Amino acid sequence: MSEVAIRISGVCKRYGSLQALDHVDLEVRRGEFFGLLGPNGAGKTTLISSLSGLVRPDAGTLEVMGHDVVTDYRNARRNLGVVPQELVFDPFFSVRELLRIQSGYFGIRRNDAWIDEILEGLNLTAKANQNMRALSGGMKRRVLVAQALVHRPPVIVLDEPTAGVDVELRQGLWHFVRKLNTDGHTIVLTTHYLEEAQELCGRIAMLKGGRIVALDTTANLLRRFASHSLKVRVERPEVAVALGGTLTNDERVEFDFGGFDDVEPLLARLRAAEAGVTGLEIGEPDLERVFLEVINRA
Amino acid sequence: MHDPAIRETPLVGFLTLLRKEVLRFQKVGFQTVLAPVLNAVLFMLIFSHVLDRHVTVYGDIGYTSFLVPGLIMMSVLQNAFANSSSSLIQSKITGNIIFVLLPPLSYREFFAAYVIAAVLRGLLVGLGVWLVALPFVELPMAHPLWVLGFAVLGGAILGTLGVVAGIWADKFDQLAAFQNFLIMPLTMLSGVFYSIHSLPEVWQQVSHFNPFFFMIDGFRYGFFGQSDTSPWLSFAVVAACLLLLSALTLAMLARGYKLRA
Repeated sequence: MSEVAIRISGVCKRYGSLQALDHVDLEVRRGEFFGLLGPNGAGKTTLISSLSGLVRPDAGTLEVMGHDVVTDYRNARRNLGVVPQELVFDPFFSVRELLRIQSGYFGIRRNDAWIDEILEGLNLTAKANQNMRALSGGMKRRVLVAQALVHRPPVIVLDEPTAGVDVELRQGLWHFVRKLNTDGHTIVLTTHYLEEAQELCGRIAMLKGGRIVALDTTANLLRRFASHSLKVRVERPEVAVALGGTLTNDERVEFDFGGFDDVEPLLARLRAAEAGVTGLEIGEPDLERVFLEVINRA
Repeated sequence: MHDPAIRETPLVGFLTLLRKEVLRFQKVGFQTVLAPVLNAVLFMLIFSHVLDRHVTVYGDIGYTSFLVPGLIMMSVLQNAFANSSSSLIQSKITGNIIFVLLPPLSYREFFAAYVIAAVLRGLLVGLGVWLVALPFVELPMAHPLWVLGFAVLGGAILGTLGVVAGIWADKFDQLAAFQNFLIMPLTMLSGVFYSIHSLPEVWQQVSHFNPFFFMIDGFRYGFFGQSDTSPWLSFAVVAACLLLLSALTLAMLARGYKLRA
């Protein structure tokens, strides 16, 4: 059996004059927690929509667990669960009714045992018989996750699932998604919260203008693109800035450096210039810096 | 993980979508069933009060008796259209159409579920109008199968038109235009309120280009055993319209028009 959960080959999509996807090639392996990042309009949602059959690409092929999303769409869709970006719901039904209906669409009857398990995992049990209209935004977001899971898909795509969700709900959601990943589900995540992507994703693709501009493990991206930073508090910031530092909002001066061997010479230069160092902190590379560097460079 | 122990039964997806569409109109039954019945009954009371003593049709049939089958069929048609069109445009505008598009449902299953649900709502409203009218009017039913056949075919045609309109329209305003400038005039000018033999010759000929006329006329034949034109001709026209419209709609759905970009 192939180790590839998602295979995207040469996918192009154009809307009028906008090239939303431009020859995208990508493979996501089974069991991966994969991040799809990019600025607004980069093509993330178009790519996900192509994968789920909501958008028909102009060229290229997409497969989910070896099933082509066009020629073998039934099996491709059975293997895929999508949590959409928009907070959409059917106002006519309760949470449980909605999950039963969604199970039925996938050809599954008598799915209540699994529905109860999902409701429990997402802390929705108490809301099971409430109409969707009565739920808060965060609860509706959890129901969207539950709907994507009713047919136990091995591949789950979450399109900005934490937009507008408070911290507690967000952490609960990540705990649940992490567990799904540990259980063997392949997770594809798009998010604008880069610290979440850094913490959760083993591998990341960055899109800009419909093209993949970076694709690597999170660790490699951090190593390749982001340098460490040395933040110093000094008595004479203007002296430190003259040595190549950047003044930060909290009145410190920040220097980027590649390896730890660079720290001592930097401190020596500050001492020699009589900057008056009163405190220092070494900052770890973070995905936000990587993201900005990659996107600006592309 | 995808568990092969989960039994995925054929047709369950289609039957679930059909059931969902029926539940949708049941949950707002006052608006979707009782209100149209009341509308039709008001038409019947007003027109029968004004015209019953002055007009007879097909020789000895009183005007109210003549009117009621037309009102029943008009209710069937209008509600079948309203069901599929309003469900689709609401789902599109609120975005929850995505829940129907993500699962492994084929476009044929999609089409069949929306049209059958539309027919069921049309039949339910038609049945309601018939039951409420019974105490007020003597209404024979000479050929029940013709009655049922035309109600189902007519409801299916309007349910299909509702699918087209619901998918085509991007806002409620466009849907209202479709309903008010196409469906309503064709229904009103189809012989619901009159026999086309009471029209001047030229308008009689024009009426034969309105497929709604054949739906109403064939349906009325089922009640009285008499009609303005042969029921077989009406059946042929209505069946051909349904086949043609269904083929066009299925082609539209297969292309993913306005549903899959």
